Amino acid sequence: MLLLRNQWKTWLLTDTPQSSSQAYVGRIYIGILEFSKNHLAVLGLAIILSLILVAIFAPWIAPYDPVETNLANRLQPLSGKHFFGTDEVGRDIFSRIIHGSRLTLYVIGLVAIIAAPVGIIVGTVSGYFGGIVDTVLMRITDIFLAFPKLILALAFVAALGPGIENAIIAISITSWPPYARIARAETLTIRGRDFINAIKLQGANPLRIIAGHIMPLCMSSLIIRVTLDMAGIILTAAGLGFLGLGAQPPSPEWGAMTSAGRAFILDHWWLITMPGSAIFIVSLAFNLFGDGLREVLDPKREQA
Amino acid sequence: MSKERLLNHLYALGRLLAVVLTTFLGLLLVTFLIGRVVPIDPVLAVVGDKASPEVYERARIAMGLHLPLWKQFFIYLQNVLSGNLGTSVLTARPVLEDILRVFPATIELAVTGTFLGVIIGVPLGVLSAVYRGSIIDHITRVIGLFGYSLPIFWLGLMGLMILYANLDLLPGPGRVDMFYEDIVTPVTGLMLVDSLLAKEYDIFKNALSHLILPASLLGYYSMAYLSRMTRSFMIEQLRQEYIITARVKGVAEWKVVWGHALGNCAIPLITVIALSFGGLLEGSVLTETVFAWPGLGLYLTNSLLNADMNSVLGSTIVVGAIFLSINLFSDFLYKVMDPRAR
Repeated sequence: MLLLRNQWKTWLLTDTPQSSSQAYVGRIYIGILEFSKNHLAVLGLAIILSLILVAIFAPWIAPYDPVETNLANRLQPLSGKHFFGTDEVGRDIFSRIIHGSRLTLYVIGLVAIIAAPVGIIVGTVSGYFGGIVDTVLMRITDIFLAFPKLILALAFVAALGPGIENAIIAISITSWPPYARIARAETLTIRGRDFINAIKLQGANPLRIIAGHIMPLCMSSLIIRVTLDMAGIILTAAGLGFLGLGAQPPSPEWGAMTSAGRAFILDHWWLITMPGSAIFIVSLAFNLFGDGLREVLDPKREQA
Repeated sequence: MSKERLLNHLYALGRLLAVVLTTFLGLLLVTFLIGRVVPIDPVLAVVGDKASPEVYERARIAMGLHLPLWKQFFIYLQNVLSGNLGTSVLTARPVLEDILRVFPATIELAVTGTFLGVIIGVPLGVLSAVYRGSIIDHITRVIGLFGYSLPIFWLGLMGLMILYANLDLLPGPGRVDMFYEDIVTPVTGLMLVDSLLAKEYDIFKNALSHLILPASLLGYYSMAYLSRMTRSFMIEQLRQEYIITARVKGVAEWKVVWGHALGNCAIPLITVIALSFGGLLEGSVLTETVFAWPGLGLYLTNSLLNADMNSVLGSTIVVGAIFLSINLFSDFLYKVMDPRAR
């Protein structure tokens, strides 16, 4: 058994890989080793994974219905029956937080799916073609960067109307510009390289060069940035929910729950403490994980 | 030589201004378009849903909505540039007037917050750069990490809950106690300054006690950002050769760190301080909502909740313009003050 494991290790860590997939798997293995040295980053990853699990199995984990009210049971303190107490209409806060994890994942997932591709397309096209295309696209990017993110998101939500889908659109609109900047910077360093010139000489069209050869190389810095942005996205979404512009009641969004608990801070501390802690822990996890990922994927950066 | 340099400066400045102007134009285009996609029919809002088609049509023409979009944008530009941001539905006053009235409260909050962030964050950053890996460095790192992870509205509420509701150390939300409201005539709009000018020292003390918590809250976020940035600037400087030279010459260590190295961080530091000030304007939206602080952020939130689009877009333009000026200022600083960027 031990021998087998050692063989695997030699195969993974070999200096002379026999195939490109062996080298690839080996690199991933080294990355994982590197990453697992950073205990805080592993903790972050563990929290994120449990968040995903909790979201998937929410109805089985949560002991109560997240939206059903029970006025006879309102404002109950923490107990064995209600781990995190109950809120102003008698809903179990623990169950609501469990179900709220779905909303959190929904928001960050959709924002990443919308904003990252927009950013990478704008950035690579801008960087590859240069000239007037670059100027125009970067001017547009600058305009969106010139707005403070939350304020612009607020303006869009005001126009689109409150609601979680609109909040996602608004956050996506404000999130893509940094990705475009990063993708452009990467493209500028890649586009003059020999292998690009070689494909060009073989007659590849720009679409193929950008999509097939430039975009994959922009991926690692983009993934780092998106991961690091996740915390900010969670905070913005929670902020919109807190202002009453994100997810609408009775959906168990953590920011909106905190906002609803405001009126009860004098005697019922758990109403704001619990959902707020959930936001904090999850965004902290993404920050820790993102930092760890950056150290692994971006060795150029100085290791502080 | 010097004439050439002057020309270079002017050229750089002109380029910068051109960029800023196009960006500002784009900003107005965005707010204009946002105003157009609102699902609320602006004509219907004016004439009511019982109006006959003729009245509706006349109102539509009177509001200029029959014109092509680019002409409407042109009229919008003229209005905004002449300071006409429309009338607020909520207060029935011109939006610009409203904004000017509430803005000093936000400035008071953001300036105090930035001040706190600088006086704590910069030394913290310097110390953690000098003593890398020490306990101070770890503290700075944790402060930074929390600053990027804590929801500002939640931290504010927790502060209120503990310091006001439970321990009763600080006053509750608002700018002054109800009892003191509307006594001091606004001169600058800054409560601290106005109460001093009016020699109302009790009100000054009261206003200060109200300011402490929200300003420290913003100060914390500013500190988290500034200490991280200062640390990386200082690490960069401390490995330069002139530092070794200074040490070899026998310059005292404190002078090397706080004089030579920190001195050379001044320009990037001023830039990030300006940026963090801009960030606090953004943070003030949530902070002011939590603390019922009557500034631009609260005004924006109230307008949003009442679908008062003129006020929302007006505030967006003002905050966007301030952001732009801050960016312009920091770019300019880099180009003109730093000889290497010339």
